[in-house]
Amino acid sequence: MLTLDSVSVTRGGVPVLDDVSLALGRGQAVVLRGPNGSGKTTLLRTVAGLQPPAAGRIEGAERVAYAGHADGLKASLSAAENLRFWVSAFGTHDILPALAAFDLEALADRRAGEMSAGQKRRLGLARMLVTGRPVWVLDEPTVSLDTTSVGLFAKAVSDHLEKGGAALIATHIDLGLPDTRTLDVTPYRARPRAAAADEAFL
Amino acid sequence: MRALLLRDLALAVRAGGGFGLGLSFFLIVTVLVPFAVGPDTGTLAPIAPGVLWIGALLACLLSLDRILALDWEDGSLDLLATAPLPLEGIVTVKALAHWITTGLPLVAAAPALGVLLSLPGPGYLWLFVSLLLGTPALSVIGTFGAALVVGLKRGGLLMSLLVLPLYVPTLIFGAEVARRGAEGLDVQTPLLMLAGISTGSLALLPFAAAAVLRVNLR
Repeated sequence: MLTLDSVSVTRGGVPVLDDVSLALGRGQAVVLRGPNGSGKTTLLRTVAGLQPPAAGRIEGAERVAYAGHADGLKASLSAAENLRFWVSAFGTHDILPALAAFDLEALADRRAGEMSAGQKRRLGLARMLVTGRPVWVLDEPTVSLDTTSVGLFAKAVSDHLEKGGAALIATHIDLGLPDTRTLDVTPYRARPRAAAADEAFL
Repeated sequence: MRALLLRDLALAVRAGGGFGLGLSFFLIVTVLVPFAVGPDTGTLAPIAPGVLWIGALLACLLSLDRILALDWEDGSLDLLATAPLPLEGIVTVKALAHWITTGLPLVAAAPALGVLLSLPGPGYLWLFVSLLLGTPALSVIGTFGAALVVGLKRGGLLMSLLVLPLYVPTLIFGAEVARRGAEGLDVQTPLLMLAGISTGSLALLPFAAAAVLRVNLR
């Protein structure tokens, strides 16, 4: 579903990761690990198509639904309105399963600006369900979630995998998912190159 | 696309959305000018078309940095860019939403405010027409400027400096249409130039804005 073929990524013109290869099939999940600043976010943004890879090929980028550090919620819209917008943007149908999966039914009419950080996060993750895309690319999805919500999230991911989806997740906690591989990005760290410093200006 | 337009309009009219910001600025400028230059019709009438156009232009400029900066800050611009909508379409819809919430109210209010500036009788129609033709160009050029500075902290100053020179041709021909109209002269040449600027910006700038947005999202 998603294939990375010796992909190199750069951040602000500086190479951060080199030669990352990865194949993600139906029902599989890969957890990215690595210390802060090791390039997990940059790799995920590249996979999502927000920036081109410096080298290598990515196949299946059009199947990706991406969730970054920010939830992309509009504070003056209600939870249901926020989700309904993404439903029409992605051409899918229903927000109710997404609200139910993250236990947001009672909050459907509350404005996103009046929600707690954890509730916003849950709403941001519920967006993944309404995209209808098979490959989920998630960057630190469990930040500000409590234990119960992490459980809801893990269940949403495993349901998604059961339906034949795939997931690429950068996280530091153990989600307890079946059929999960871990990819530590530390060995792929790019060596500083002499020419690299000029790249941003050329 | 329609959903994005409706969302942007809904965001603009809700609390804190900034709808009416441009309009009230326009109102303040035109109300203050007679206090500053004197209420004499002989003084006000010749400068009325120019003052109204400058007021409309600055009112547009005031709300430009909201077009993309808010979506950038809360992360929805990243998500929009990964959604199955072409980026060119997204910036066009953003410009259209800006025009509906800022440009269109200015067009509607301008004739009423012309009274305050003793705009001569025949000028009202041409002021209305010139703003109706010119304000879409202001919104599209402004969206391009907003795309250039998206992601910069306090990019508003830089954007004003980048956008103002691009606004000058629209201002010259727009104010010329209104002035000639007010004096009862032939308006065809500046009107065609203004229409050319508007249609040209509408046709080309969404592509330029999408291209710079792609670079800025990296």
